[in-house]
Amino acid sequence: MERCELTIKISGEAGQGMQTIGMALCKLFKDAGFSIFANQDYMSRVRGGNNFFQLRVSHQPQYTLRQNSDILIALDKQSISLQKKNLSPSSVIIFDKQKFAIEEEGKNLFNAPLYDLALKNGESEIFVNSVACGLLTRMGGLDFVQLEKVLRSVFGNKGVEVVDKNIKSAQAGFDYAKNNFTSNKFNLPKATPREKLLLNGNEAIALGAIAAGVKFYSAYPMTPSTSIMDTVAHYAKNFNILVEQAEDEIAAINMAIGASFTGARAMTATSGGGFCLMTEGLSLAGMTETPVVIVDAQRPAPATGFPTRTEQADLGFLLHAGHGEFARVVFTPGSIEEAFYLTIKAFDLAEKYQIPALIMTDQHLADSYREIGPEELKASKVKRYIISKQDSGGITDYKRYKLTSSGISPQAVPSWINGLIYADSDEHTEEGHITEDAQVRVKMVEKRFHKKMLMLEQEIEGPKFFNLRGAKICLVGFGSTFGVLKEAVLTLKDEKVGFVHLPQVWPFPAAALQKLLKGARKIFTVENNAGAQLARLLRRETGIEADKSILKYDGRPFNVDYLVAQLKKR
Amino acid sequence: MEIRDLKTNDEITWCPGCGDFGILNALKKVFVNLGRPLNQILLVSGIGQAAKLPHYIKCNCFNGLHGRALPVAFAAKAANPGLTVIVTTGDGDCYGEGGNHFLHNIRRNIDITVIVHNNQIYGLTKGQASPTTDPGFVTKVQAEGVVLEAFHPLAVALTLGAGFVARGFSADSEHLAWLIAEGIKFKGFALIDVLQPCVTFNKENTYDWYSKRVYKINDDPNYHPEDKDAALKKAQEWGERIPLGIIYRNQEKKTYEEKRGLLNKPALIEEDITRIDLKATLKDFI
Repeated sequence: MERCELTIKISGEAGQGMQTIGMALCKLFKDAGFSIFANQDYMSRVRGGNNFFQLRVSHQPQYTLRQNSDILIALDKQSISLQKKNLSPSSVIIFDKQKFAIEEEGKNLFNAPLYDLALKNGESEIFVNSVACGLLTRMGGLDFVQLEKVLRSVFGNKGVEVVDKNIKSAQAGFDYAKNNFTSNKFNLPKATPREKLLLNGNEAIALGAIAAGVKFYSAYPMTPSTSIMDTVAHYAKNFNILVEQAEDEIAAINMAIGASFTGARAMTATSGGGFCLMTEGLSLAGMTETPVVIVDAQRPAPATGFPTRTEQADLGFLLHAGHGEFARVVFTPGSIEEAFYLTIKAFDLAEKYQIPALIMTDQHLADSYREIGPEELKASKVKRYIISKQDSGGITDYKRYKLTSSGISPQAVPSWINGLIYADSDEHTEEGHITEDAQVRVKMVEKRFHKKMLMLEQEIEGPKFFNLRGAKICLVGFGSTFGVLKEAVLTLKDEKVGFVHLPQVWPFPAAALQKLLKGARKIFTVENNAGAQLARLLRRETGIEADKSILKYDGRPFNVDYLVAQLKKR
Repeated sequence: MEIRDLKTNDEITWCPGCGDFGILNALKKVFVNLGRPLNQILLVSGIGQAAKLPHYIKCNCFNGLHGRALPVAFAAKAANPGLTVIVTTGDGDCYGEGGNHFLHNIRRNIDITVIVHNNQIYGLTKGQASPTTDPGFVTKVQAEGVVLEAFHPLAVALTLGAGFVARGFSADSEHLAWLIAEGIKFKGFALIDVLQPCVTFNKENTYDWYSKRVYKINDDPNYHPEDKDAALKKAQEWGERIPLGIIYRNQEKKTYEEKRGLLNKPALIEEDITRIDLKATLKDFI
């Protein structure tokens, strides 16, 4: 049978450049016309330990990872002992005997003088990555010119000498495979080259924010959210965005609120621990009715947890974070497209309803790369809801918290209107001054909470679903599990399994779910947490009881093989 | 514009005789002489008696969270450098709860004026020690007297590189108004720590106590506020004699706005975000 997909894993110590080689391979296969899904598994350290980069290549669209790899490149000894459990009988391990001796034996071991070739052709061991790239290009059945082009683009800004050494090393690896690895069992049939983008979830959020007109970005670096800040900062000059590294997350959210109060679209991003520090600010945004977009890129907690790994355990926290009652939205994108699109929607709703809009992702979505067509990232024209400079001139008797039938008091920009703006974290009058009046309090609570929630319920990003008709089992998930749900359902297509994915969890899409799950015979939630938080939320909001929750809380993402095995086990 | 035009309809909830009145009066005098339309001025405050001040004077106001006035003020100024941004805060709000923001916004050198109502006590929570309470001071909580060293805001600000460091006294609102006006004129982070008697909870540091000790340093022709070593010495003078006035002023440092190039391009709030085109940017990801 012709091979239709390939999973490659490059494993070594932190600092050995797995990210660089992995990205070069992603680009190689993407440019050659394949679909890819890639993910880096890294430890919370700068040097040493074990990191790996996993890349899945196929003719079919890819949404998630596989359990086992077909080719493992082991750059150090412990990579073999750590990774051999995730290999199939036909897999091959590529290693360099001269670098480290191994106890393992077997026909699937392929010794290649990776380091020697790097020294001979690049004059340094650091070129071992390019040697490996050359080897894999040949094994996957691609032409060397394709790799050469990628290396030129990846290392182009480092000078001619670096480019030449990389190409020379890669050629040596390619030739070594050609002469010594004669099997074509990993060759993929040719694909048609297409112009696609290569993006991870954080980059998609950053691009969405730029498209939505973010002008102020304040954050304190925290894994796995930091690359959102990196990406926005990279383009800050082009789009006149001010990126400020705050002294702490408390400052980050208060800065974003300050910028937003003056009329600039503002956001911040963090992970669970940083979000804990932001909760008072979240409540301030609710009380002062100041738009703000906040990303929580989740990682396993409590406390410091697993800094570089994945989990979906902040669901309950985000729904209730911040003291008091106020309107909010919580988006849970499951793909690159959703991360981009929902970030734009978060900015829109934040300004339209003058609320905090939360985007909850996790390390798996944040750091996973997929190819995507540029046409799939179409941004609609930004609509503004603040009182424009032009309209500001005619305003007299402005009241920041004017009671209106909708509950929305138009937001004016200080200095644009002739009137004065008072925003207050105390309970306040329509004018924004401190009050302790019970009647005013009731009206303000209804305005901030009831009325806004009613309107937000009309704008819920509806669940995505597949194969529900006649399904024996309906899987329900949110956020980054979208890909694994989809592939598991496709894998089990003869066994009547369907799925529902929630791109938004607050306001909860209760009515839509009641309809979608009406005929479901069995409902299983699939969650990267230990508390079955989605199942509990589903029961609370709809009365629907999940029959089972498939939970994973080892800090690692689901993969399609794992989920299928769990479903077959029942 | 006259002082009476600046009055709001809000009932002032400070105790009769509170030192905060002197600061409010000084600020009103500044606004009258500033020559800026009131809609171009933004007062940012946190929580505490000082933080209520923006409600008692006509201009824009953001009254946020305890300790968090500075990050809001920083971002408001950065997003719209055309605004005159002033923070009214207290010793608990600015030096305690918001201490980290105090340190780092001095480092940023954003062009804002920070007026700290320093009464050396917590008023709104009824009489506990503040970061500037003198050691030995007895309160309900610090029943055996404060054992922590007092926080020296002027010295801290100086060592962090603040370019304008001053101390006023709320009982001398004429002098205080001058300090605030100079602070607003200064390009960069301007700190004005104001001795402000709390008539209800601080029976030690009273009007009388301060009046006997304060002297105006800028009256001395031999004192040069641009001399940092001399300033650092004066910033630590406390006890028998307490200096008032511009302790340090040096305009040599660039402001945050200058360093980030904010003054050479449209203010963030002026950007038209309805015409953003990502096409060229997306090419970087191919």
